[in-house]
Amino acid sequence: MPGTLTPIDTERRPQRRPERRTDDPDHGDGGNGRRPPTDKRTGGGGDNDNWNDRPQGSRGPREKLKRYRLGVFFALAGDLMFFVAIVSAFFVSQASGRFDAYNNYINQWLPTAIPPVLWLNTGVLLLSSVTAEIARRKMFNQIDAMEEWFGLGRPTSRRAMPWLAATAFLGLLFLAGQWLAWHQLNLQHVFMASNVSSHFFFLITGVHGLHLVLGVAALIGALFGLHYSSQVEDRQIIVDCSVWYWHSMGIFWMFLFTLLAFFQ
Amino acid sequence: MTPNQESSTTNEKDRHPERSAAEPKDLRFARPATETPSPQQQSFLRRALLTTDHRAIGHQYLVLALISVAIGTILSLLMRLHLTWPDRVLPFHGPILPEDYLALVTFHGTLMIFYVLTTAPQSGFGNLILPSQIGARHMAFPRLNAAAFWLTAAALVTLLSATFAPGGGPISGWTAYPPLSAIASAGPGQGLGMDLWLASVTLFSIATTIASVNTLTTVIRNRCEGMSWERLPLTVWGWFTAALLSLLAFSVLLAALLLLFCDRHAGTSFFIPTGDLTNGTLHGPGNGSPLLWLHLFWFFGHPEVYIAILPGMGLTSMILGNFSRRRIFGYRIMILTTLLIGFLGILVWGHHMFVAGLNPFAGTAFSISTMAIAIPAAAKVLSWLATIWRSRPEYKTAMLFALGFVSLFVTGGLTGPILAQPILDQYLHNTFFVVAHFHLIMAMAGVFGLFAATYYWFPQITATANNPGRLMSETLGRIHFWGTILGAYATFLPMHITGLEGEPRHYAQLTGIPNQAGLLLATTLPLQHFITWAAVFLATAQLPFLLNLFLSLRNGKPAPPNPWQATTLEWAPVPSPDETIAVYRAPCQYLEGNNEATFQPQWVSDQIAE
Repeated sequence: MPGTLTPIDTERRPQRRPERRTDDPDHGDGGNGRRPPTDKRTGGGGDNDNWNDRPQGSRGPREKLKRYRLGVFFALAGDLMFFVAIVSAFFVSQASGRFDAYNNYINQWLPTAIPPVLWLNTGVLLLSSVTAEIARRKMFNQIDAMEEWFGLGRPTSRRAMPWLAATAFLGLLFLAGQWLAWHQLNLQHVFMASNVSSHFFFLITGVHGLHLVLGVAALIGALFGLHYSSQVEDRQIIVDCSVWYWHSMGIFWMFLFTLLAFFQ
Repeated sequence: MTPNQESSTTNEKDRHPERSAAEPKDLRFARPATETPSPQQQSFLRRALLTTDHRAIGHQYLVLALISVAIGTILSLLMRLHLTWPDRVLPFHGPILPEDYLALVTFHGTLMIFYVLTTAPQSGFGNLILPSQIGARHMAFPRLNAAAFWLTAAALVTLLSATFAPGGGPISGWTAYPPLSAIASAGPGQGLGMDLWLASVTLFSIATTIASVNTLTTVIRNRCEGMSWERLPLTVWGWFTAALLSLLAFSVLLAALLLLFCDRHAGTSFFIPTGDLTNGTLHGPGNGSPLLWLHLFWFFGHPEVYIAILPGMGLTSMILGNFSRRRIFGYRIMILTTLLIGFLGILVWGHHMFVAGLNPFAGTAFSISTMAIAIPAAAKVLSWLATIWRSRPEYKTAMLFALGFVSLFVTGGLTGPILAQPILDQYLHNTFFVVAHFHLIMAMAGVFGLFAATYYWFPQITATANNPGRLMSETLGRIHFWGTILGAYATFLPMHITGLEGEPRHYAQLTGIPNQAGLLLATTLPLQHFITWAAVFLATAQLPFLLNLFLSLRNGKPAPPNPWQATTLEWAPVPSPDETIAVYRAPCQYLEGNNEATFQPQWVSDQIAE
């Protein structure tokens, strides 16, 4: 037996396919001329090993994850447009005045002073994003995932579960803090209908809080999924998507909080 | 076998009993099936309620759209009846009161735009055909797909229930302008009826957003081998762009609906101006502006009409190429114009607001962007014409409807640049000229796209596991086509004239008006009569279609494989579960000459001449 094995024929199926077309991104040299293929990673196409050539469902361990991440991305893009619409209504209403009975141009926007507990809530939410990210990364720890795939227990879930639970707890803490802020404002007789600025304060915090309720539900769902789901791939996906949603809600909150705190 | 492999095989055997377990399968990246258990094991009702099969969901959407279009058409006939013969008493109802007329207007618009033109082209035919056209076996998220349909169905039921609300149905139109829509006492039906309308459109917006996430992910991730972006059929580009627009636009509508809900029930005043005196009640302090609603709504509303028409445009290209045995003229430009129309459609919403009191400079800006969108639209028309020029096509019914689409798109489109001039719109806004414009270019052209899709894809609609599909009758199809196109032009062309003469929209009463206004409207009466009779003729012309549909479902001629000798992937032989689906070229590749025998479907791997 020779000391090394040198593969001499790496073209797996040379006759069945037509000439590689230059406009086909999955094959060929992409119009570079006679240069070696550029992607040497496994499954990248460098050794006639392009995983995208395989039928759907067999394109690699990340196939399903990429699909779900793309779905979450588009859903978040739509959600972003929703918040953008509300924020632009905020700016328009803030700058809109009217003519009163004496033909004076008046603008009745009275900035709503945000309760200081909102700062605390922001910190809590940032912390929850940190714990969420730790949980997410533990799900993708290479050695743990491989052991799990072999059927040797569930180390990823075991390690990620407490961090997910901590994230959910911090999320609930945030929501409690938001409710407290609402309560404090109500005690000072500032209600949703009081002023245009308070319309937006309650609307924005309320709508964001509703999204966070959905986020906490997703995290709890992820906790159940870690327990009941049978495929490690699915467990990774459910945690990954919940956490990406959670981070996005955190980022949205940063913008919304800045808006409410500094742009009223 | 490792424990993992065993469990996968067990799962697969349970879910696919027809597959033999002895075949070597690549289980390295195996996943259990995610769809419902084998159909034979479930009752019909459970199957219908729980199915995640995209073809079944497509059928469900088409049935929903068919019901909606039937109701919407009847409502429009009632509207025409009332305008022409205002004293006519309806059996079981009595005379059509002004609020009844406005409720008819509201339901007609809402049903047709949302439940027909947004569901059927995008979700109905999209679910049926898109996966096979890109070589996918499933949509990306089958359960989400089913959820979107059932939300849409719930939304439709909610909307129809608004008719029975105490106080009647909403009267603020599909556009729901405040303060009429924001104050419950502002009109009959604006209480519970308006709330139900709000709930319905909210559910619909959420459902459409979900569906568009599904479509976008499917097109990006689920394409088969060899299906590059430039080889995608133009129908898929149409669905893709419409889904992108849906995602952006319906989110903004959702925000607007939320603000309107707060105005109605939370005491806010986003849209209610200060000191608004309605029905004896003073509403204030307000500081809101109805103009804010107009901006938010039309930012959604204009992309919405492009969502309605883009799939039809893609289909027209493919059908024209198919039946004239020609390559699409300027395929890449057609892709570009599809994307460009989608993008520019987001920038033109102010042309619905020329008379709303905008800054005139804003009016100029929107006027320019609106005229700009005529450029890619005209490029599309030129491409359609160049594709079929001197080609002696086969005039099957699908081809006739595609040609009708081009005709109606041009006719309706020519009045677009007229309405895009603010100074002309000062006069024409809210007249029947506008009604003629959008009915020709959106309603009629869109519906012609749906008819073309039905006749063209009938074998796909009716194919089951045991049965290749059926064809619709060509004779009935021709009768349907000629009746419809003549009826469409007869109904909507005279509306240009009555609109120019000053006939206003949304008025329940056009007769018996005193003074000069009455004289002006009286001159439009003869044409009104003609329009009404033409509308009745148009509606009657749909009967051959319904007859054709129901007869052909059971007794239609069995379709041969690839009956239109098309090149796109949905006409390929159904692939077996283990076969790799692959395409080797762009669609509509035909060799020299008008020879039926010389075409290369996307899925056949012959060597071809570049």
